[in-house]
Amino acid sequence: MTVHLAILPILIPMLGGLLMMLPPFAGTTKYQYRRMFSLFLMLAQLACGVVLMTSVVTNGAIMYAVGDWQPPFGIILYVDQLSAMLVALGSFLGLGVTLYSFGGSDLEGKYFHSLIQFQLLGIYGAFLTNDLFNLFVFFEVLLIASYTLLIHGGGKQKTAANVHYVILNLIGSSLFLFALGTLYGITGTLNIADMAMRLGELSHSDLLIAQAGGALMLIVFGLKSAMLPLHFWLPQTYSVASAPIAALFAIMTKVGVYCIFRVYTVIYGDQAGELANVFRDWIWVFAILGVAAGTIGALASTNLRMLIGNLVIVSVGTLLIAFALGTPQAAAAGFVYLIHSTLVTAALFLVADMLSQQRGKALDYFVIARKIKQQSLLGIIFIVAAMSVAGLPPFSGFLGKLVILQSVTQNDQRLWVWTVILLSSLITIVALSRAGTTLFWRSAQGNDSDENVHVSRWQLCGAFMLLGASPILTIFGASVIEYANGAAMQLHDINYLIDIMNLNEEAK
Amino acid sequence: METVYVICVGVLTFCGVFLCLRGRTFSVVLGLTMLSYAVNLFLFSSGRLSLNGAAILGMADEYADPLPQALTLTAIVIGFAMIAFVVILAIRARADLGNDFVDGREPPDTDKLVKKEEEKA
Repeated sequence: MTVHLAILPILIPMLGGLLMMLPPFAGTTKYQYRRMFSLFLMLAQLACGVVLMTSVVTNGAIMYAVGDWQPPFGIILYVDQLSAMLVALGSFLGLGVTLYSFGGSDLEGKYFHSLIQFQLLGIYGAFLTNDLFNLFVFFEVLLIASYTLLIHGGGKQKTAANVHYVILNLIGSSLFLFALGTLYGITGTLNIADMAMRLGELSHSDLLIAQAGGALMLIVFGLKSAMLPLHFWLPQTYSVASAPIAALFAIMTKVGVYCIFRVYTVIYGDQAGELANVFRDWIWVFAILGVAAGTIGALASTNLRMLIGNLVIVSVGTLLIAFALGTPQAAAAGFVYLIHSTLVTAALFLVADMLSQQRGKALDYFVIARKIKQQSLLGIIFIVAAMSVAGLPPFSGFLGKLVILQSVTQNDQRLWVWTVILLSSLITIVALSRAGTTLFWRSAQGNDSDENVHVSRWQLCGAFMLLGASPILTIFGASVIEYANGAAMQLHDINYLIDIMNLNEEAK
Repeated sequence: METVYVICVGVLTFCGVFLCLRGRTFSVVLGLTMLSYAVNLFLFSSGRLSLNGAAILGMADEYADPLPQALTLTAIVIGFAMIAFVVILAIRARADLGNDFVDGREPPDTDKLVKKEEEKA
């Protein structure tokens, strides 16, 4: 069993998701069975993620050759500390989202739980694979699940946003294939480690083609992660998706960021000869501008979910800054921030949904509306989430931003990073307090409806779970940072990756 | 052979990109289809073009790289499914939104607006 541990996070949601479409679980009246089973699946995945993490820390990275086809020919799954951490993060988020959806939003479509499983399957696969074409396949798996999840519940707005989302991502997929064809044509391999070895040996004219391929891939990953010039789809899409879906999508942008970290550290990293770190300066500019654009967008938003969508752009920009700094320390800081921002933005989407349930037709728009029923409960949740996302102590946002600020070593970079991140945090606080003031304090008098709109226990349970991770991340901050440091060292140590893949003997 | 192939891929890509930039979903879907055809041809050529090359060992003296063929097959299957999905989605959008524009609303007819203003004046 332990031999096949690496592929379990892919197998469990795949088989589970398929099973849930078969008789004992199928049918509109059998939703209780589906709930039980998907809860079981999520716990199994979480356990799997945690076991992977501990086994990677004690025994080193795992290479799993699917069908026993050895590298560089077969499809390879590669679990290092980074991917194990992200799998665990994804399953934790999935568990929170599943719990929240038990509050009622999973009843809007028969295949909700199956689709969530397929979505997670694609996400885990993208984190675990070490083969570029396989990465494309898992991207498509997670995308087609997200297309259908996005229109879950139906409605005009969702359809309109989904048309944009699907068309954009289909164009992105085509570009990805163009990039893969280009890179395969000149390096003759799709294995990430093997490609990293071969890229340094190319002739000058081939290098230009490799650079073009890398640039095309940057567009694709930028589109997935909502990097600056490609971020326009995100706030609209996330603000119309139903709450658990939007929360789950919080990790989708991180898949793009992860791919940028992996591909541009390993393939176009220090070993790539003339191509070493060519894209880093571009990403640096886009990242700084992305934080600025997201912050301005947050100020201009007219509803809470749009605001959170813009905060997702800010968090992606911050992560890309950590990448563009280029040192293992900065990458480690980025990983700490990544865990925090995924969980907290997801929790914020859930909070926005609970708020809009109690505000009648005003939903989460910043207008005067009826008073919220459970004002103190939701108010406390909101203020914790807001403080955490803005980066105020004692929550995890403070820790995440602090380690990123500390990891900047050069003075000219420090000027930019400190100014941009600190200013953006300040403006985020302004935007969130403006939002909170309107949502909680400015209410119309006297038209309290008698509807029973109390948030369900499941919803609170899901939101508390994601939000509770924030102070826990701070309390266990030292071990989180230590783990992230290990992950970053492993990511930057390309010789280690090549050793694990047994590619060295062949090179000799 | 290479020249004809390159021209084919280029023209398909050009048409695909052009159609993707149109305003109505029908032409965008056509554009996406063409783009995926172009991509399939491009992927196929990434193993170099060779005539009479077998993809299986022990069948001939010359060999063609079998991996791009496998990649192309995968890409065809995935592309086909995605195009099918986008067609259904476009029809659904036509029904839900009442028009077939990608933006979900008709662009304002500027000529009419100008004429109205002129009549007022």
